[in-house]
Amino acid sequence: MAYYEEEHLGHFADMGQHRPDLFQKFMAWYQACQEDGALSRREKALIGLAVAHVIQCPYCIDAYSQSCLESGSNMEQMTEAIHMASAIRGGAALIHGLQAHQSVNKVSM
Amino acid sequence: MTQELPVVQSSRREVSAPIAFEHKLAQHNLTLRAAGVETLQVNVGKLCNQVCKHCHVDAGPKRTEVMTGETAEQVLTALRRFRIPVLDITGGAPELNPSFRHLVAEARAVGARVMVRHNLTVMFEPGQEDLPEFFREHGVEVVSSLPYFLEQQTDAQRGHGVFEKSIAALRRLNAVGYGVGDGLILNLVYNPVGAFLPPAQSLIETDFKRELLARHGVTFDHLYTITNMPIRRFLDYLRRSGNEERYMQKLVAAFNPGTVAGLMCRTLVSVDWTGRLYDCDFNQMLDLGIDSSLPQTIADFDPALFAVRPIITGAHCFGCTAGAGSSCGGAVA
Ligand code: SF4
Ligand code: SF4
Repeated sequence: MAYYEEEHLGHFADMGQHRPDLFQKFMAWYQACQEDGALSRREKALIGLAVAHVIQCPYCIDAYSQSCLESGSNMEQMTEAIHMASAIRGGAALIHGLQAHQSVNKVSM
Repeated sequence: MTQELPVVQSSRREVSAPIAFEHKLAQHNLTLRAAGVETLQVNVGKLCNQVCKHCHVDAGPKRTEVMTGETAEQVLTALRRFRIPVLDITGGAPELNPSFRHLVAEARAVGARVMVRHNLTVMFEPGQEDLPEFFREHGVEVVSSLPYFLEQQTDAQRGHGVFEKSIAALRRLNAVGYGVGDGLILNLVYNPVGAFLPPAQSLIETDFKRELLARHGVTFDHLYTITNMPIRRFLDYLRRSGNEERYMQKLVAAFNPGTVAGLMCRTLVSVDWTGRLYDCDFNQMLDLGIDSSLPQTIADFDPALFAVRPIITGAHCFGCTAGAGSSCGGAVA
């Protein structure tokens, strides 16, 4: 058995084979989130791409790369979204350095 | 008298899909028949100054298939006789056909609206420098491909240096009055640079207008989004890049029954460089001739017989029905 098979993306609906009620609830919510609203589909696709990188999900990265292209974003815009997500992730790691400072300070003279 | 020509059935060049197109139509209680003949789309040959990676015609500078003056006259006879409202001239680069200017001038003289699928760069070929003025003189509607408003994507699809030349050509067209709101129509065509579907037409049109004006001072009327059809050079690309199956699944999954009523084959008849007839330019490139009970050539054409004909379809037709749909006039739903 291989991990992370590309075809799984197209078979996502198979998750509804068990407890279809839960899967349907998830899908209704998931799809409603994608619609044009106060944010456009294009903006939402870029958010999806950014989040996909932070959670490092290959399925989501693939799916949202396509969604971004199909909602008219280009690689410059997509790359900026990825940098934005990565920068926040980097910043979040870095600010934990203050925890380390605190921990060290506590036991230091 | 109908000329006897062999009926060409589906060829090995045809892509396959997870479900037959006619079955998909049947699932939605739909059939595909023509609804009249408003446009004669004439492909005057495969000769082109470019060799684009997605070209469904497989056109290029070495192609020798070029419509003769005699066949062009038959097209004009049909236009005159049946008063077909629109002549849509395509290729290759149609301007390279020796009969091109005659065809345009005569079609305009009989009152047809004339559209030319103009690739922009051809105006820098020898003897073509006055094309913008020629278009203006005859009130031609210009439809030009520009897959993206950035150089990298455009050149990736259409060849190195094409973007820069295309912008220079658009400036020339603007300078003679095209696409500036004076009634001379300049429409652009977006198509995805790869194996994905086009974005919403109005959205990407807004982007093109803003970016082309800001970056290059260029204006145009409308942007048409066209889906890459899985035939010829684009199909070769899909196969080479391992995208064929996924792309076809994408097209089928995005099937939109609301596009069927507006498909271009319902109001158009396509003519090839030899005068043979087809339901559309895509069928033409696949040798899928018009329904075999009908006259097969422009010399025998009669719109009354073609008006409600059944359309010959194949798996490639999913390219026209995906999402907002696709036609030579852009999205259809
Ligand atoms: S897409 Fe148009 S410009 Fe490009 S090679 Fe084909 S006919 Fe020529
Ligand atoms: S390819 Fe498109 S235009 Fe041509 S017959 Fe099929 S649906 Fe109609």
